Amino acid sequence: MINRALNPPDVNLAAKLSDSKQLANRFTKIKSRDVNVYYGNKHALKHVNLSVYKNEVTALIGPSGCGKSTFLRCLNRMNDVIDICKVTGKITLDDYNIYDSSLDVVQLRARVGMVFQKPNPFPKSIYDNIAYGPRIHGIAYGKSELDEIVQNCLDRAGLWKEVSDRLEQPGTHLSGGQQQRLCIARAIAVNPEVILMDEPCSALDPIATARIEELIKELRENFTIIIVTHSMQQAARVSQRTAFFHLGELLEVGDTQAIFTNPINSCTQGYITGRFG
Amino acid sequence: MHTFIVVIGLIGFATLGYTIGRARAIITAGGVVKDLNSIPSYYGYYTAIWIGIPSLVMLIVWLIVEPHVIDGVVMSNLPINITQNLSTSEYGLLLNDIHNAANGSLFSKMNDRVIATAAKQLNSLRQTSFMLMLIAVFCVGISGLRFARNRISPDMRARNIVEKVINFILIISSLIAILTTMGIVVSLIFESVIFFSKIPLHEFLFGLNWSPQIAIHTEQVGSSGAFGAVPLFAGTLLITFIAMLVAVPIGLMSAIYMAEYAKARFRAFAKPMLEVLAGIPTVVYGFFAATTVAPAFRIAGQKSIGLDVSSESALAAGVVMGIMIIPFVSSLSDDVIKAVPQSLRDGSYGLGATKSETIRLVVMPAALPGIVGALLLAVSRAIGETMIVVMAAGLTSNLTVNPFEAVTTVTVQIVTLLVGDQEFDSPKTLSAFALGMVLFLITLALNVLALRVVRKYREHYE
Repeated sequence: MINRALNPPDVNLAAKLSDSKQLANRFTKIKSRDVNVYYGNKHALKHVNLSVYKNEVTALIGPSGCGKSTFLRCLNRMNDVIDICKVTGKITLDDYNIYDSSLDVVQLRARVGMVFQKPNPFPKSIYDNIAYGPRIHGIAYGKSELDEIVQNCLDRAGLWKEVSDRLEQPGTHLSGGQQQRLCIARAIAVNPEVILMDEPCSALDPIATARIEELIKELRENFTIIIVTHSMQQAARVSQRTAFFHLGELLEVGDTQAIFTNPINSCTQGYITGRFG
Repeated sequence: MHTFIVVIGLIGFATLGYTIGRARAIITAGGVVKDLNSIPSYYGYYTAIWIGIPSLVMLIVWLIVEPHVIDGVVMSNLPINITQNLSTSEYGLLLNDIHNAANGSLFSKMNDRVIATAAKQLNSLRQTSFMLMLIAVFCVGISGLRFARNRISPDMRARNIVEKVINFILIISSLIAILTTMGIVVSLIFESVIFFSKIPLHEFLFGLNWSPQIAIHTEQVGSSGAFGAVPLFAGTLLITFIAMLVAVPIGLMSAIYMAEYAKARFRAFAKPMLEVLAGIPTVVYGFFAATTVAPAFRIAGQKSIGLDVSSESALAAGVVMGIMIIPFVSSLSDDVIKAVPQSLRDGSYGLGATKSETIRLVVMPAALPGIVGALLLAVSRAIGETMIVVMAAGLTSNLTVNPFEAVTTVTVQIVTLLVGDQEFDSPKTLSAFALGMVLFLITLALNVLALRVVRKYREHYE
């Protein structure tokens, strides 16, 4: 195997090169420029430049603690919840800076939905779990419209057939995989443009994981998806683009196929071939 | 006092035993500590236990049996013509006289020669008994020491034995607590049964008239002896209701602020401050209610809206009680709210909900069972509260829902019934036990319910 290692200072350059190699028909949905995140004194994310394209699945991979989840949480400003967290740099959604002081965080989160690592359905009925978002955003007018939204979202999440006869039961009584699909349906119900997924399958068994992956592939047609995953196979299966993070830095980004067959960075290569991480 | 010195002596003896046992263990192992089953100090504890516990048991048994034996001896030595035809109570009185004489009390009939001799005999018997006890206790201790010392060998599992003894001591301690509780309940039940044999149960539970004074002679005015407890429970509920009306909104909202909005530094300052409220003695709340709040309400009522507010209004007592309960509600609710997993809040924020929407629609519904439990505990606290109502609520029973009038409560009545001289065979005194019984049942039911709700809630997330 030919060692094509670049010296560390050139790593970001490599990432940029790879990033700029975009196809003409790709539409940039999210663009981050020189994003840094600090937790107190800890510099958790360093100078990240990454573009995310519309209607694609972008996978963020890397060893634990590399900052991929932190980056994901920057994209809908979930890090605001943490007191000691500070974000610098610029992240644009459709060319609008989401860290602009005039931006309404609540509106941003309605546009950029999120699915969490551990399924976290509200302790409410299945119906109310889905209806939660539409209700607070006033998306539905009247009961029948809300019913329609609930059915539509459950259907798109592949859950309708399983739960249509027990919508009044608590969402917490579903199995883990069903709960996670419920959370995806809940996120879709708000009509987001982007869906962030933070290791959505890490708490699920292989069959439930396969179902979620199928779902992600279908959802790509309507949404832009960014997924953090620890599974190399999952990244290869569901994503079009892959970004490799290591120690808070974005080391390499590119089309998934290219990254997995022909990684430029030796560190990336080591990680995806299982030599570390 | 003498007994106290004996106990100190025993502790010293046991400490000595510890050193002996420890040294013995090392000697039996030939100085090689590694060969011992347990580390040397366990052999020390083992010896100390064998000295301390048997001799302590001996001491306790002696102290329980001694007075009876001595009394028996003294009484049997009295001339037959005195003790022959005595009834039980007369016998007790005589014995009491002898005791008083022996203790040098002024009220004894010192001039009575028979009693004086008996008292002298009693004192000498006591001294002898003390000496005998000293010998017996330390003999038991010494034999315990010898027994333990002989059994110590490198193979002995002193550590396990000490462990078992500790286990045993813990069981005894908790048994004492449980048995005391049961004793209290049983005494309540017994006295209540006597009361209900005089006053029918239905009259007590459903009667609308409470006037526990019993006429001593027939023409006495205003001493009907009515025992209908409804006005008391109505008064208790009215004051509790007012208290909860004050405590629930303030307590809950401050809990929400503390748990969800307050910065860590503010929290660190404000939470202890709030809990200081819980540390104020209720008697202080009581005179705050009686001397400040109640007159203020009366004056405010008269001057502003021309309302006739009694100077011992249910409102004043209720409001002050509510203030007392605030830290209770807020501290318990705060814990419950904080127990709601952060993932639920994240889920809600992730859908674009604001903070107050998240709290209102996700956090509070999730925490509701726990909060209900907290409120039930607060209610049972309010129902049983005494000092505030004794000072700030009225004494005469009054069946009303008007918060501006004076009402009385169950606890107030129990206090007034049992303060001062009382005869224990009259329904007036016994009714206090019946009231206490019912009050106990109510708060017990509330506590059980609350704990169930809280436990169910806890299982919900684990």
